[in-house]
Amino acid sequence: MHELSIAYNLVEIADAAARNAGALRVKVVHLRLGALAGVVEDALRFGFPVAAAGTRVEGAELCIEPVAVQVFCAGCDAPRTLAPPFVFRCPVCGQPTARLLQGREIQIESIEIEESEGGDDATTHS
Amino acid sequence: MQPRILEIRQAVLDKNDQLARDLRSRFVAAGVLAVNLVSSPGAGKTALLEETLRRLLARGWRAAAIVGDLATENDARRLARSGAPVRQIETGGLCHLEADLVARRLEGWNLADYDFLFIENVGNLVCPSDYDLGEAVRAVLLSAPEGEDKPRKYPPMFHSADIVLLTKLDLAAAVEFDRDAALASIQAIAPHAVIFETSARTGAGIDAWIDSLVTRHASYVTRQP
Repeated sequence: MHELSIAYNLVEIADAAARNAGALRVKVVHLRLGALAGVVEDALRFGFPVAAAGTRVEGAELCIEPVAVQVFCAGCDAPRTLAPPFVFRCPVCGQPTARLLQGREIQIESIEIEESEGGDDATTHS
Repeated sequence: MQPRILEIRQAVLDKNDQLARDLRSRFVAAGVLAVNLVSSPGAGKTALLEETLRRLLARGWRAAAIVGDLATENDARRLARSGAPVRQIETGGLCHLEADLVARRLEGWNLADYDFLFIENVGNLVCPSDYDLGEAVRAVLLSAPEGEDKPRKYPPMFHSADIVLLTKLDLAAAVEFDRDAALASIQAIAPHAVIFETSARTGAGIDAWIDSLVTRHASYVTRQP
């Protein structure tokens, strides 16, 4: 259950970015999550509010964009998308390939923030 | 008020990745080959490591180990029997090692005094896969009693392996281990991985695994024992 650790890292980054931008709170966190990242989405969603409690990220929505596993096939000289259950072989020509192009991402893409000046929600929140 | 979108584009484990990069530079500068050993609990990491350390020392190499354990010091005690310096990281429930824990446990050790540093991770085939520890080699164990299809069940971990070690092969007949199925299953997930078939009890395959580590060590260090 390392998803809670990951949730804390995620919140730490989002909270720091919001603070640097002078924002009072984060409304949405956009995350790209690779199918081969070894992260269980439900567990991450469960851990996220726990990690966010008491930070600018508290109450934020976690928006997860799944990233498919893509490998490069030298035989076809082309990127190929693999579907689960994963077998690292080109789905077109069958050649084994270990060259991963994407699919391990646990990347925070962006956050949607509420500025501290003049926001109605901001005042009701505090 | 319209919310503003702030681009971040940062890996969530960036902090760990940076610390791991620092560790990797230190390992390379000191000429020590770091090996991250991962497997499910009970796959034989400690037995393999004890035998590996014993044989490396007997060959005149200088080797040390750091062992992550949830609660006990049993593994560290077992490993110390090999004669190699061993340090324990009590993770206190954390299901994986992080670069920061390794860096802190290395304090006071002069890395240049060693040729090989083994990091025995917490027994877990899921969580450790995302955490780079600065290792040069990630070795994943698959023991005969676990079943041949483990790699297909845990693709993130097995795909991240440089080396896969089949362990406890002395039990192969007793557990009706299907060697061909196991090899096919590893090759399906990690076609790049080098495979060794071992038994720490009989010693089978251990020298071949050690030879491959020695070769990798030589690839970035010229010093010999």
